[in-house]
Amino acid sequence: MAIEVRIPTILRTYTGGEKSVDAEGASLGALIDDLEANHPGIKERLIDDGDLRRFVNVYVNDEDVRFLGGLEATLSDGDQVVVLPAVAGG
Amino acid sequence: MGRDAVVSPYAGRVLRLEQATYDAIVAHAKRDHPDEACGIVAGPAGSDRAERLVEMVNAAGSPTFYEFDSSDLLQLYKEMDANDEEPVVVYHSHTATEAYPSRTDIGLAMEPGAHYVLVSTREHGNNDGPVEFRSYRIIDGEVTEEEVDVVAHLPARSTT
Repeated sequence: MAIEVRIPTILRTYTGGEKSVDAEGASLGALIDDLEANHPGIKERLIDDGDLRRFVNVYVNDEDVRFLGGLEATLSDGDQVVVLPAVAGG
Repeated sequence: MGRDAVVSPYAGRVLRLEQATYDAIVAHAKRDHPDEACGIVAGPAGSDRAERLVEMVNAAGSPTFYEFDSSDLLQLYKEMDANDEEPVVVYHSHTATEAYPSRTDIGLAMEPGAHYVLVSTREHGNNDGPVEFRSYRIIDGEVTEEEVDVVAHLPARSTT
């Protein structure tokens, strides 16, 4: 099962500069664990204290995963996952 | 160094902006005052050319915070991807404080290649009058101010 994951510029240091990598997982949480296995260090940039970081947006097929159950969001073969840091500040 | 040498206070980095883009960013900041305004100027990837202004909605609708709406953010990045663009400038306004990145701005700056522009509307609010307009690099928590060079038109694109 392959799911395409789009990686933002700031995290490409973990993917050898790749804009997009393939990963596997039946849920977003499992997918991130699989990413971590191949790109060590990336998980900590996405997850804090067992939940998605507040200022990291993850989309599955263009839908914000916060509306799909967060890390519990289910994934299927061929889904596209996009990771984008929030553009935010004070 | 000669006594007459002009010493730039900046480390040689420059943000070059067209007058029209500069004016549009200032107008956006004044219009949204007292809430913070935000947006980007996109340009061809790797070119450092601030060509295409995109005003964004501040989903936080706040005088002390800004955040691009999550679906707008996705659409924006997909559009830039399709155009082979990147965010050359990320701008926002401060409406009660100086045009310098706040601790939150620094902590959340995730575009190491971008010029972070800060406009302060604290002096004249929605009204005419000068604003503070400054630009920075923010990389790994380190802030470096750079010169802002406003030109009538960007030089023609290199064709090579």
